[in-house]
Amino acid sequence: MAEPVVDIKKLWTVFKNGDKESVVHKDLDLSIERGEILSLVGGSGTGKTVLLRQMLGLEHPTKGDITVLGRPAAELSRRGAASRVGMLFQQGALFSAFTVLENISFPLRELKILPAELVRETALVKLQMVGLKPDTAGKMPSDLSGGMIKRVALARALIMDPPLLLLDEPTAGLDPESADSFCTLLLSLHRAMELTVVMVTHDLDTLFELSTRIAVLADQRVIIADTPKKVVAFKHPFIEEFFRGGRGQRAMGLLNDLPHEDALIEKKGT
Amino acid sequence: MPPSAPRIDTQQTPQGQQHVVLGAWTAAALTGKATWDALTELLGNLKDPAAASWDLRQIEQLDHLGAQLLWNHWGRTWPAQLEVEPSQRAVLETVAEFAIVPAQVVKPDWKEPVRMLGGRLISLFDHMKSLTRLIGQLLLDIIRLIRKPQEGPWRDLSGHLYHIGATALPITALVGFLIGVVLAYLISQQLKQFGADAFIVNILGISLIRELGPVLAAILIAGRSGSAITAQIGVMRVTEELDAMRVMGIAKGFRLVMPRALALAIVMPLISVWTTVAALLGGMIAASAAMGITPAFFINALPAAVEVSNLTLATAKSVVFGLLIALVACHFGLRVKPNTESLGKGTTASVVTSITVVILVDALFAVLFKNIGI
Repeated sequence: MAEPVVDIKKLWTVFKNGDKESVVHKDLDLSIERGEILSLVGGSGTGKTVLLRQMLGLEHPTKGDITVLGRPAAELSRRGAASRVGMLFQQGALFSAFTVLENISFPLRELKILPAELVRETALVKLQMVGLKPDTAGKMPSDLSGGMIKRVALARALIMDPPLLLLDEPTAGLDPESADSFCTLLLSLHRAMELTVVMVTHDLDTLFELSTRIAVLADQRVIIADTPKKVVAFKHPFIEEFFRGGRGQRAMGLLNDLPHEDALIEKKGT
Repeated sequence: MPPSAPRIDTQQTPQGQQHVVLGAWTAAALTGKATWDALTELLGNLKDPAAASWDLRQIEQLDHLGAQLLWNHWGRTWPAQLEVEPSQRAVLETVAEFAIVPAQVVKPDWKEPVRMLGGRLISLFDHMKSLTRLIGQLLLDIIRLIRKPQEGPWRDLSGHLYHIGATALPITALVGFLIGVVLAYLISQQLKQFGADAFIVNILGISLIRELGPVLAAILIAGRSGSAITAQIGVMRVTEELDAMRVMGIAKGFRLVMPRALALAIVMPLISVWTTVAALLGGMIAASAAMGITPAFFINALPAAVEVSNLTLATAKSVVFGLLIALVACHFGLRVKPNTESLGKGTTASVVTSITVVILVDALFAVLFKNIGI
């Protein structure tokens, strides 16, 4: 078996607030295989976003190891990091002083190796791959709608075709229609670019539509990381509340016709 | 196994040249300096790429950047003969579908400078217009405040008085004091040559009270509070707070501009007096150290050397400076567009403009009141 894309071992995260210490993660283990779409869920304050930021090397765990693509996560942000991992921030984090095209091509342009023409064309291809028209290229981020900002941010995250894509609340703040089309886009990119996707989301529709695996954070660790069906069947107070509450029931309808989970099983079979 | 460098192996076959593409054609591999240079040379040596036959099946990995590079090299068409894996074909097809022939860059013509000058003039006119509007609005707001003083933003005003005025006291005192010391030393060197030691009181008195005190204070406050006001209002624009206020029916002129303008108009003369006193103190100490003029003599001679009308003039000037700094800062703050670059530009323009305006107006005062107090 190939080595996992992300491997988290015995992770401890402790936040110190004055004299008080709050333990967020305690002996947390999680490993993510190539080609998965793994969703992190958990109540607020269970450290989902913290875990995502630790995978990116933006924050350091108190104890334990995080290995991303075979190397420690802290080493991730070296030169050319954009070719290893792409991150979609919750608010997009587009550079407001740059145009859309400059934003997308920024990681490539900063390396100062490739000619400007090639960089521009590569960025234009990515712009259209995320479903935007070429005439968006010259616009400023402040002129874009929420859905378009997410798409541009996604194009920027994918500019160097990284094998790993991290998403923080990819559909938060989008209207249902944009959220749906964003999910479809993510699925098609996942297929086309052989991505491994890790995402934090509260949106149950997104969760069931995209995830091949769901990792539930509770009691300071991952209580279960398995296929959506098995996670829903797992006995735990948080899961009861999260999936089987009123909102959960509605979204669960999606579980019955999960197209790509079956497709994945088929693929493994062949 | 680490990915090997992207390269092309050319073989002569009976059907013509065949290019076998090898290695990892990915963004990570292609962006190495040495790799890129070697590959550009290699690609440059290949003659008539579209006519040859290409074999991509031995590529370790092909991503969109690699595909784009090949596609561009083929002259944006499919080569005569191509052998690829289905997954590679999918990547190439995406690139082929979305590749856009870059538009020709339009060269600037002779009209460009004229257009630029026109644009500058129009923007200058625009600034003047909105500044005039701001002054008019301020006047209306002050009338409204006098009519209904209970509705005024008094808490805001006192906050600004503290932040603009009280917290500026240490820095203005320090700068004033040092300028006083430096001036006194330099002047004493010159006066000693003529034996006119006692005139240092006249020179320091007039220059510090009438000119340097108010101007120095105004420049410091413009740099310190003018930039802060622009940034505050600018960030409110970026975060849509200004729009929120408007939706609630709260006038930004009455709630944002007026308290700041009033606060600066009140604080500026006070800071100016404070700076002048610090500068005179510095001058007095330096004069006693450098040429033995006692502080007692200095204080006694000062009222005779400087007419009271100078104080009035300095105070009036300071009020005008304060108002101008506030108006310029608010003006640029309200024009900030919702992005970080515009915020930076606005703040810079605000400080530069307000300092320039302060000095221009000071010159105007000097010309207009040249017969008074000297």
